[in-house]
Amino acid sequence: MFEYDFMRNAFAAATIVALLSGSVGYFLVLRGQTFAGHALAHVGFTGATGAVLIGVAPLWGLVLMTVAAGVAMGFFGEHLAQRDVAIGLVLAFALALGLLFLHFYTAFATQATTLLFGNVLAVDVSTVYTLLGLGALSLAILAIISRPLLFASLQPELAEAKGVSLRLYGVLFLAIVALTTAECAQIVGVLLVFALMIGPAAAAQQWTSAVTTGVLLSAGLALVEAWCGITLAFYTDWPSSFWITALSVAVYLLAVLPRRLRALQPV
Amino acid sequence: MNAIELDDVSLTLGGRRVLGGISFAIAAGRFVGVLGANGAGKTTLMRAILGLVAPSHGAIRVRGQPATRGNPAVGYMPQVLSAAPQGTRLSGWDFVASVANGHRLGLPILGREKRAEIGCALDLVGAGKLARRPLAEISGGERQRLLLAQTLIGRPQLLLLDEPLISLDPHHQQEVVELVKALQRELGITVLFSAHEINPLLGAIDQVLYLGNGQAALGAIDEVITAPVLSRLYGSAIDVIRVRGRIFVMSGSHDVEHEEHRHEAGHEHAAHEGHVDHV
Repeated sequence: MFEYDFMRNAFAAATIVALLSGSVGYFLVLRGQTFAGHALAHVGFTGATGAVLIGVAPLWGLVLMTVAAGVAMGFFGEHLAQRDVAIGLVLAFALALGLLFLHFYTAFATQATTLLFGNVLAVDVSTVYTLLGLGALSLAILAIISRPLLFASLQPELAEAKGVSLRLYGVLFLAIVALTTAECAQIVGVLLVFALMIGPAAAAQQWTSAVTTGVLLSAGLALVEAWCGITLAFYTDWPSSFWITALSVAVYLLAVLPRRLRALQPV
Repeated sequence: MNAIELDDVSLTLGGRRVLGGISFAIAAGRFVGVLGANGAGKTTLMRAILGLVAPSHGAIRVRGQPATRGNPAVGYMPQVLSAAPQGTRLSGWDFVASVANGHRLGLPILGREKRAEIGCALDLVGAGKLARRPLAEISGGERQRLLLAQTLIGRPQLLLLDEPLISLDPHHQQEVVELVKALQRELGITVLFSAHEINPLLGAIDQVLYLGNGQAALGAIDEVITAPVLSRLYGSAIDVIRVRGRIFVMSGSHDVEHEEHRHEAGHEHAAHEGHVDHV
């Protein structure tokens, strides 16, 4: 299957995105902000449709809109109690904008399907390079801030007392999540971003008890799920986003179910 | 050198004056119990000593220097009621280790020296084995041990412990107090330990810092836990009754400290999320 250009592009794109989303997802699950990832993906749809409307590549609309929304969420939602409200408001406004764009431009049904559900087999070489650049940037920022970010996630009050700015790292992290969401949307579409960003990370947290091995396992699982998903799509001709999502769900169930079943059994 | 000095300090939170013009000095190496009703300013005072709340008037000095955020000489145990991240099997060790160089940029990978220090802190509180288990699976008393170990990382000279006894049963309360006392003696450090009730701390603390009515009283238990001092701090007539080595602080017919304790159970969440108890 590697004799085809589109397959080589698909594997390259999936590799970059899986490594990034697996690592970022670990922190997202640890911080209990998975809903933020979900919301950013929806906001990204609005950005992408807006970009198409003005004749720009949808990826840049995605990037711009998700990063702006992520930073806004980070600034307004410092406390857990307020976070849901902040995300909800940003989400509502973004969807309203999306409605407006659809109102102005009604002829892009196929474009909309690609944005919503992704099509990794349609990724071209220049997109792969863009994904590589954005992915390397995001991973580098995450690596640089990972220690204070971990501290602020696990012990916010203590981190604050030790001089860690909760707001700064909250904003920076959501900006990284936003970039990751935009990258993920290229592979599985905005509606299925959860499959690559949350599924492997949540499974990895069930199997590991240390942060470093957890992040590595999460990235590894995302990579295997993406590769296998594309391979299965190639041989079955079913959509790759379906296979990636199905594998992600299966791996998560595999991580969670044995312990749940054991808990149910009488001692 | 004094561990903590307050010079005519006023603290304001959300427009309300929590402490008004108080001055005191705590000598290094003391174990001080911090008491007072909900909203008396125990948490706010600790946050001010940490440099997280700036006094509206006066000056706070920690070991001779103005109180600033990120002072490595100060260890802090926040009043955390839901420390365990949900849905993860993260180990206690990783949780404790997050404080090591936690303010510095970089990957959270620790060198041999830091790992040894974490092991040492865990051994000091007898949590070496405990730390290998997932944080989500340990009991409240065990978690307090891990949090205590976390405060010791970086070899602080002053520990601020905010309500470490909250939601623990009397047996575990006694264990925590004895553990803190042993650490304080062994390491020769100063400890501020806030609590709702004086009784679990009897026999362990050197001094009491009692807060109330915007004021503070610092001294030996017998000097501070008296009817005149507490009547001034509570702003109403208080009787202090001693029965078989236990002390009851009564207003009319009810036990003031005990009442506070019962109230707290219902307000745990609100208090944690936004320090509502002090607003």
